[in-house]
Amino acid sequence: MRKYSVFAVAREALRGHKGWGPHWASPEPRKQYDVIIIGGGGHGLGAAYYLAKEHGITNVAVLEKGWIGGGNTGRNTTIIRSNYLYEESMDIYEHSLKLWENLSQDLNYNVMYSPRGVMMLSHNIHDQQSFKRHINANRLYGIDNEWLTPEQAKAYCPPLDIAKTARYPVNGAALQRRGGTARHDAVAWGYARAASDRGVHIIQNCEVTGIRRDETGRVTGVDTNRGFIGAKKIGISAAGHTSTLMQMVDVRVPLQSQPLQALVSEPLKPIFPCVVMSNSVHAYISQSDKGEFVIGAGTDQYNSYSQTGGLQIITHTLDAICELFPMFRRVKMMRQWGGIVDVTQDRSPIQGVTPVPGLYLNAGWGTGGFKATPGSANLFAHLIARGEPHRLAAGLTLERFRTGRLIDEAAAAAVAH
Amino acid sequence: MSGVNRISGAGRLTPARSARFTFDGRTLTALEGDTVASALIANDIHLVGRSFKYHRPRGILSAGAEEPNALLDVARDAARRQPNVRATVQEVFDGMKVSSQNRWPSLAFDIGGFNDLLSPFFAAGFYYKTFMWPKAAWHKLYEPFIRRAAGLGVAPTEADPDHYSSRYVHCDVLVVGAGIAGLAAALAAAKAGAKVILCDEQPGVGGALHYDSGTVIDGKPGYDWAQATGKALAAMDNVTLLTRTTAFGYYNHNFVGLVERVTDHLASPEKSLPRERLWQVRAKKVILANGAIERHMVFANNDRPGIMLASAGRTYLNHFGVAVGKRVGVYTAHDSAYEAAFDLKKAGVTVAAIVDCREKPGEAVLAKARELGIEVLAGHSVVNTTGKLRIASINVARNGGGASRKIAVDALLVSAGWTPSVHLFSQSRGKVKFDASTERFLPGTYAQECLSVGACNGTDDLQATIDEALAAGELAARAAGAEGGAQVTLTGRNAFEWTGGMHGAAEGAGADTTVKAFIDFQHDVCAKDIRLAVREGMHSIEHIKRFTTNGMASDQGKLSNMHGLAIAAEALGKEIPAVGLTTFRQPYTPVTFGTIVSHSRGSLFDPARKTPMHAWEEAHGAEFEDVGNWKRAWFYPQAGEDMHEAVARECKTVRDVAGVFDASTLGKIEVVGPDAAKFLNLMYTNAWDNLKPGRCRYGIMLREDGFIYDDGVVGRMAEDRFHVTTTTGGAPRVLQHMEDYLQTEFPHLKVWLTSTTEQWAVIAVQGPKAREIIAPLVEGIDLSNGAFPHMSVAEGKICGVPTRLFRMSFTGELGFEVNVPADYGQAVWEAIWARAEPMGACAYGTETMHVLRAEKGYIIVGQDTDGTVTPHDAGLSWAVSKKKPDFVGIRGLTRPDLVKEGRKQLVGLLTKDPKVVLEEGAQIVADPNEPKPMTMLGHVTSSYWSSNCGRSIALALVAGGQARLGQTLYVPMADRTIAVEVSDMVFFDKEGGRLHG
Amino acid sequence: MLLIYCPYCEEERSELEFRNGGDAHIARPTNMAEISDEEFEAYFFLRDNPKGVIFERWRHVHGCGRFFNAARDTISDRFLTTYKAGEPKPDLNEKPKTGAEVETYEALEGAAQ
Repeated sequence: MRKYSVFAVAREALRGHKGWGPHWASPEPRKQYDVIIIGGGGHGLGAAYYLAKEHGITNVAVLEKGWIGGGNTGRNTTIIRSNYLYEESMDIYEHSLKLWENLSQDLNYNVMYSPRGVMMLSHNIHDQQSFKRHINANRLYGIDNEWLTPEQAKAYCPPLDIAKTARYPVNGAALQRRGGTARHDAVAWGYARAASDRGVHIIQNCEVTGIRRDETGRVTGVDTNRGFIGAKKIGISAAGHTSTLMQMVDVRVPLQSQPLQALVSEPLKPIFPCVVMSNSVHAYISQSDKGEFVIGAGTDQYNSYSQTGGLQIITHTLDAICELFPMFRRVKMMRQWGGIVDVTQDRSPIQGVTPVPGLYLNAGWGTGGFKATPGSANLFAHLIARGEPHRLAAGLTLERFRTGRLIDEAAAAAVAH
Repeated sequence: MSGVNRISGAGRLTPARSARFTFDGRTLTALEGDTVASALIANDIHLVGRSFKYHRPRGILSAGAEEPNALLDVARDAARRQPNVRATVQEVFDGMKVSSQNRWPSLAFDIGGFNDLLSPFFAAGFYYKTFMWPKAAWHKLYEPFIRRAAGLGVAPTEADPDHYSSRYVHCDVLVVGAGIAGLAAALAAAKAGAKVILCDEQPGVGGALHYDSGTVIDGKPGYDWAQATGKALAAMDNVTLLTRTTAFGYYNHNFVGLVERVTDHLASPEKSLPRERLWQVRAKKVILANGAIERHMVFANNDRPGIMLASAGRTYLNHFGVAVGKRVGVYTAHDSAYEAAFDLKKAGVTVAAIVDCREKPGEAVLAKARELGIEVLAGHSVVNTTGKLRIASINVARNGGGASRKIAVDALLVSAGWTPSVHLFSQSRGKVKFDASTERFLPGTYAQECLSVGACNGTDDLQATIDEALAAGELAARAAGAEGGAQVTLTGRNAFEWTGGMHGAAEGAGADTTVKAFIDFQHDVCAKDIRLAVREGMHSIEHIKRFTTNGMASDQGKLSNMHGLAIAAEALGKEIPAVGLTTFRQPYTPVTFGTIVSHSRGSLFDPARKTPMHAWEEAHGAEFEDVGNWKRAWFYPQAGEDMHEAVARECKTVRDVAGVFDASTLGKIEVVGPDAAKFLNLMYTNAWDNLKPGRCRYGIMLREDGFIYDDGVVGRMAEDRFHVTTTTGGAPRVLQHMEDYLQTEFPHLKVWLTSTTEQWAVIAVQGPKAREIIAPLVEGIDLSNGAFPHMSVAEGKICGVPTRLFRMSFTGELGFEVNVPADYGQAVWEAIWARAEPMGACAYGTETMHVLRAEKGYIIVGQDTDGTVTPHDAGLSWAVSKKKPDFVGIRGLTRPDLVKEGRKQLVGLLTKDPKVVLEEGAQIVADPNEPKPMTMLGHVTSSYWSSNCGRSIALALVAGGQARLGQTLYVPMADRTIAVEVSDMVFFDKEGGRLHG
Repeated sequence: MLLIYCPYCEEERSELEFRNGGDAHIARPTNMAEISDEEFEAYFFLRDNPKGVIFERWRHVHGCGRFFNAARDTISDRFLTTYKAGEPKPDLNEKPKTGAEVETYEALEGAAQ
């Protein structure tokens, strides 16, 4: 792999950038792999990368039915943070954040991780109690998260309206300074490039239509639109399609797929320095490097694979944004879109073995999947390589829905974005 | 004089009506009806902006909503400043201030233009490959630099003083676009008797007829026919004609969002008018008559100011009476541009040449050009341009090479053909199909109740367009149920039939990797960038889009998408449809946040709910807190008191004397019917059969998974009637939960549920003197302990008003909760207060209520529980019936993890230092010296200074808490570690005697 | 915003008046206290989450207040039918219009090679 650097760019600049090769190779699929990962999003590509890098398993294929990074990886609002409440959540999201901090260097690909701070607004005493609970838990875990007064919050994010006369006045905020954003496409492409460099096959336009098993029930490979491809182990990491894939092995999973909407404004000069979230008024917003406000809305209330939703969902979010930032009422929405989120009842993900030998599942990240990408990928690779979960993901297994050991971030905070 | 380029006698504006505005401080004169773009060109200004990445000088490219370059800052006053306004859409009003964007120090001399020299370095996607060292530098150094250079306009910094409105409407037929096709369709639908809405983004009807000069419809010049037809339609009762109204989004089930610009074109709008109006239309049928958008030619340095779309040049001439230059060149691959040359020539403007990259232009236009004496260079291409801030010349060469010829021009009109606007069709999730013969995507399979007509449907011929539109209008009207009226027939003919069109890079843009042949002007994406993306392995059109940012600017690729696709297809060696198409998403053009928000702002954002006693509380100095969407009295500070002092006083007063508390926000549900008790047996963990009428009981409601969902006191008013109370925030969801089970799981039960939250005002009177306070006011209820013990309920009168009087307590004191019809709430409150105050009682708020209940160890669902807590965890096992065969949550409660040892349980915490008040949310550990990550046993759920106990008290969820009574645990804070002792949850009056006082 | 036909009101009304109630035809076990952990998991957590026709519950919460059932295609979001609570699952014998003719964004964005 040709190393990316300022020098390489300068050299290429002198010759019309003719020397760059493809980011990743596009080989024909082999007949047999050690591991097949279904789903070429950040989680799947990352898992393939870590399988090769940390577990020495390079006979790996990532099968993507469309184009890599085209699912939720490419449709989210790119927020990164780790200030969750429960230890199971802190384990994985903090593991992820630590990987984010070195990801550009590790992949030799600028994923533009930008720790500009994620500020969660508190509007009432209930919020305050909840955030203090988070802050204290985070501190004892070793995660940065601090309480700000309304004035400190305004200093950190000048456009914020902290008037006491607001319908829901800001009475404080929780700030994670290491939180921030990254460039979503770069994550998929960076992992793809680094994985491809280590021998992983990235096969696009390859839709899995069936999962084959032997007489013992163990997986043997997948049927695809490009024929049968054998594999000793299969990992499913295909948000928005998990239920469909698991139906191929007659396993029902505790997931519902819903549209999650987001929007961007027209590009404007920098005015918004951080990420702001408000659970009480249901909004989150940041400003991209291009200058667009990136605004996350909520899920529509029904199951759908349409990747669209109703205008009322967007409306509700903009109501809240304009209450928090009245100066933005004249800003214009440039584009809205939807993704498909797989949501579990406790709003926490599933990562673990399945009832089918050789089949591993990574799913249910709901609205939190992007920030988890490196951590989830890293631990999913461990799961596939070793056949059992890493300590940091041990609580995320399917078993919890039988035993009742839920990780209810939804109950702990109104929204778990 | 309204500009040096205004041609007397040309155009459709009225010369006598002028308006003055400023552009970058310079005062200019326009005519009423001018767009900012037409007024600037009239004043010979083409340079209006700088591009996003290279800061190249840019001019006005179009005359419509597709404009990528001419984005300006338009201000009425300081607070009414709008960035990124398309000069081609914004109409001039007298006094407007217009400024260019993305330049410093000035438009003509922009330091950022330095980027253009560095452009070899700034190739598509270069930032993925660099800025990685040193690690922190991306966020601290490179990113801020890139951010400052990017962005376009400057965001408003003041709150928007304008207001917006919104309405929902239904119609039979919504027609989008009031060009020839839209007008014809609307006419046919309207004449058939349908309720029609016709909208168009322009200030007037006519669509493409704005630029047209030779079309005749119904025997009239096209534009005149359109105006007459628009007028006739507007006069019909069943038609709503909306101009300046953009259909921006086609959503599910024929829901279409329109935005109407109401005042942005007016010099002094009436204050009552909204700035913009959102129309949320649900149409039985939608007719899409969106027209087509002309594409530019892709060639070297095709972005200089003065280069514009041929149709735009015609619009400025034929509609606005403005010549875009004095010596105009034309570069085209399509016949339509010839007509621009003809019109200019006829208006007396020099046409330098028509350069046509086709070997064989249409014969009719060629003949006409010859007749007018215009030089046509067929089979030639413009291979380069010169000019710094305005185009000065074009270099023209024969296709295939050879010497080039330099032709001086001060404007160049370009056309690569027309792209049907399938945006809304695609938003409706219809499937587009590629028409190979004309190389364009057209509506294929429909997904919703809509029809496309005219240019957006690929119908080129005028009469065919008219016939198709008339048929569609009538068909839609009939399908929507319209039965009236006569058929409409219309004839039309146009001056020339058009042929031609091309996609992608023209000759001369070459495969060269250094030529800047722009596809996406705003984002500075060139043909070479698409090729680079393909070389780098970006083979999906979405990858190419994202890697190059082609089509991601504020025009969303209206001009650039097809060019990008064609170049990608060529580089990939594939057919265009095999490469795919990027996604059309809402909105068609950007929509103001304020318009979408509309009325939902300030006090209407989420209207506050207030209790009947709110005014009294306000008058008595209460501070309020938000609980759900209620405003609740929090505490009543007296002169000089802070919150701590006020709460301490209130707490003490209630226990020493009495207090009056507004509990009206509690949710209330009337459960009535012969099976009411059976139903409650299923909904709550408790048993209700044995509750006698006149008694009440604390009940716990679980979700099916066994976790606490809500709690409250339930009074049995009669055998078949219960008065259920819920938490303040829980009322709607508890009712939903009950209705769900009643309607779908237990429909055999004869029970009716009614929300009565707003029907009752609730006044809690608590404390040793509570009985004495209310007794003289109460009629028909014996309040003695014997007749009316703790947990009783009775109906009678208070102050002559009907009441449901509860003997109950959330303070541990002798207490009553007086329910009276809401209208009497304040009067009864005042009567009670008139007795309470002289006795030394106080009014108290939610904070004191919280402290008093914590002193007694009463939990608050949602504060001491969080959705992972069972009744057993909360010390409420006594409230879970062991005899009932079923209730919601019975099975969830026995799952393995819910019966495991060591679960978090609610306990009391006493700090070793009684003066220290723990922080709510603080975490608890056994070993304060354990390194991080520490093992957390639980957290503090409630914590207060208790003036009655003379010390701090706290409740906490602690792992295995019940087994830890008496143990010392630790609460490590940032600055110190606090030692605590685990205790039971009752801190005051452990025997509970005061309840029965 | 969906347009939903309430079988009780016998009218099409905007989605704003309705609340989705999750999967339909999942009967609460009558012997709830006795079922196994696995049965409880299946009843409470596991769902088909179909890509295609879903049978789901809606409540006309800002209307008549009634719960009813619907068959809807989760790809096109098109309703095939709505029917009253308690009525049997309708036999959608004519092959339901599925998402095949509706453009999904994934399909629209086309191939990757």
